[in-house]
Amino acid sequence: MDKAKKFIVSHAPFWHNGNSVNERYYHIMIAALPAVLLGIKQYGIPAVGVVALSVSSAILWELAMNYLTHRPITIADGNAALIGLLFAMAVPATMPWWAVLTGTFICVVIGKHIFGGIGSNAFNPVVLAVAMVMVSWKDLFDFDGALLNYDLDMVMAYPLAAVKHFGVGAIESFSTADLLLGRQSGGIGATFGLGLILGGIYLIIRGFIRWEISVSFLLGVFLTAWIFNLAAPDRFAGPTFHLLTGYTLIGAFFLATEDSSSPVNFIPMLIYGAAGGVLTVLIRNIGAHVDGVVYAILTINLVNPLLDKIRPKAVGKVV
Amino acid sequence: MIRKSFFGFVKPRIEYALLSDQHLNIVEIPDPKSINLLVDGPFNPGEATLLKEGDTVKTGQKLAPSTEKDAYAISPVTGTVTSISSYAGDFGKFYTAVSIDVSDQEEFDDQFETACVETTLPVARNYLTQLPGKLPLNFFNDSEKPINTIVIYGGDNDLLVTTNQYIVKSRTDDLKHGIRILNQISDVDHIIMAIPGEFLQGYGHIGAEVKNVPIEYPAANPFMIMKDTLGRIVPAGRQSEDLGVCFITAEAVAALGSAFQNGQIPVSKLMTVVGKNGDQQLVSARIGTPISHIFDTLGITLSEKDRIILGGPMTGASVWSEDYPVMPDTSALMVQDKEMIPYVSDYPCINCGECIRICPVYIPINMLVRFLEAGHYEEAADQYDLYSCIECGLCSFVCPSKIPIFQFIRLAKYELGRVNSAEEAHG
Ligand code: SF4
Ligand code: SF4
Repeated sequence: MDKAKKFIVSHAPFWHNGNSVNERYYHIMIAALPAVLLGIKQYGIPAVGVVALSVSSAILWELAMNYLTHRPITIADGNAALIGLLFAMAVPATMPWWAVLTGTFICVVIGKHIFGGIGSNAFNPVVLAVAMVMVSWKDLFDFDGALLNYDLDMVMAYPLAAVKHFGVGAIESFSTADLLLGRQSGGIGATFGLGLILGGIYLIIRGFIRWEISVSFLLGVFLTAWIFNLAAPDRFAGPTFHLLTGYTLIGAFFLATEDSSSPVNFIPMLIYGAAGGVLTVLIRNIGAHVDGVVYAILTINLVNPLLDKIRPKAVGKVV
Repeated sequence: MIRKSFFGFVKPRIEYALLSDQHLNIVEIPDPKSINLLVDGPFNPGEATLLKEGDTVKTGQKLAPSTEKDAYAISPVTGTVTSISSYAGDFGKFYTAVSIDVSDQEEFDDQFETACVETTLPVARNYLTQLPGKLPLNFFNDSEKPINTIVIYGGDNDLLVTTNQYIVKSRTDDLKHGIRILNQISDVDHIIMAIPGEFLQGYGHIGAEVKNVPIEYPAANPFMIMKDTLGRIVPAGRQSEDLGVCFITAEAVAALGSAFQNGQIPVSKLMTVVGKNGDQQLVSARIGTPISHIFDTLGITLSEKDRIILGGPMTGASVWSEDYPVMPDTSALMVQDKEMIPYVSDYPCINCGECIRICPVYIPINMLVRFLEAGHYEEAADQYDLYSCIECGLCSFVCPSKIPIFQFIRLAKYELGRVNSAEEAHG
């Protein structure tokens, strides 16, 4: 028997279509790159610093957790790097180093690992971290104050703050083209509307995010903003403005679609996305906060497990 | 291997192979020097036996190693029994392995020829359950679960396999005769011939109602044929036989026809052999032929760490030895180069939803795997539809975490089955 060849014995199916977790996360990062690059072009070295620190610290937190929990090393799967990148995209280029480290700590250690690791996190780790940093150090996310020292070739007011405090009249200076091309202040990778849309479409076509969520989220934003705008055009900005400002696009394509904290069944995905969009505009227009995306996403994350119970009955199920 | 398309948001469409002219030439595998037969049930050396080492056997002779069990094999060759031993298969199944040295002079056994003047169920049961393609005669004449419909499927339920399509195309007369005999011995009048794809012409006279089955995987799965072609849904955990529908392969029906027509039990098995680069070749070999002999004849070389699969890529079973014999229900043999073997991992489910999109019976697999991985089989069955699974393997095929979901499902069903039968036994 010694000479007999040894064959690999395993179980069906013997084919795999090549999907992989790494592929998924690396492609999401690639799709986010245009928006990040524009942010770097606008804000220069400080933006490079924030992005680099955020990505590398997220990876190091992940590595630390791997060692602490005696699990296999998972930094190569790209998830930690993606988390770091998304966190950097949401924050202003002037974010101090300790806040970046705290943010990625919350993302990776609290948001991801304490909830049970990849696939088990109830909330999107990045959104959770942004919300916590925002609550703890309010000024860091006051884009007008944070970006005070920048004088780029554009209107340097944070559009959502402008409309909130001064009404629709204050935003006439923003054209749709400006918003699409990133000529607005905001998070490092959150302002380049066109880049985010193209990245999102790429991810949808490739099947790396679930289109149902993005599309219903954007529709939710659009319709709610439209109704508000119809009711009081001088107080509430129109739908296009809401689609292209703040975290709407990064939220619709990169944050609300996070795998583990969002539903996988068709109807729940639509409800989840639409609810996120509606809540976003409600908070912006009549809530206490300037932008509503972060709290809207945390809320829909919270109801996700309930929503995902709405699913087609399995064939043959005996009730 | 089928890869994911660039357009990942559309549900992949995976199709069964359709028989084309390139498959039509069959390679006849010459008889090997020795063959192995696996008979159901373990071999207990103490038990009274009808068969011993040194016995000479003839082609078509019924070999029942144990006087206490009904299980038997039909000797596919003439020769001498060289060994009888026990063999352990998958999932706790045991067999009695009988090896026979093949002699040059072939002689045919005539017991069946004498018996087959009567076309009855007992005669068929006594000789023909191990026909090529396997004839599930145990379902008939069961007063608790009467069978009222027979579905003969003229295709195969796995990708790349064209064995039964070939039978339908080339052995219409045997099939027709087989259908008549099936009708006589089973007393079932409603016989459906299900054929893959659109080729419905030319079967009007076959003696069965002809229906076509879509070619998109897994439409040929018996549960899917029940649902889409017969319009009947098999309740979770049940089999089609519980609803009075029995599935038989076209090959077995053709073999049944030929057996009664010629008074000789057919002993050659038709198989689709899939080579390392995915090319298909139909071959005919005696049942019991070691698969290495088939690979040698076809010039397929195997190296260390390659994989040998009995059956197709989605639902087959891999074996660890190239001495494994061709079984009555081996419809395909596949070899996979070690470079081509996808690995599985213990990476957790990331909740991506790919499996949900592809599962034909809407099982919440993203939830199910969490319970299966933790070994909570009861909850998996009660809340997450474990028993609705029709075992198509598509979920594992697409899972980016490469979780062996399908294996988890089979294991869970097996474990639950063991627990339940133990509970029944102990009241
Ligand atoms: S094997 Fe997977 S995809 Fe196929 S029916 Fe079962 S759970 Fe669904
Ligand atoms: S395909 Fe795999 S990783 Fe994705 S939801 Fe299903 S089991 Fe989880």
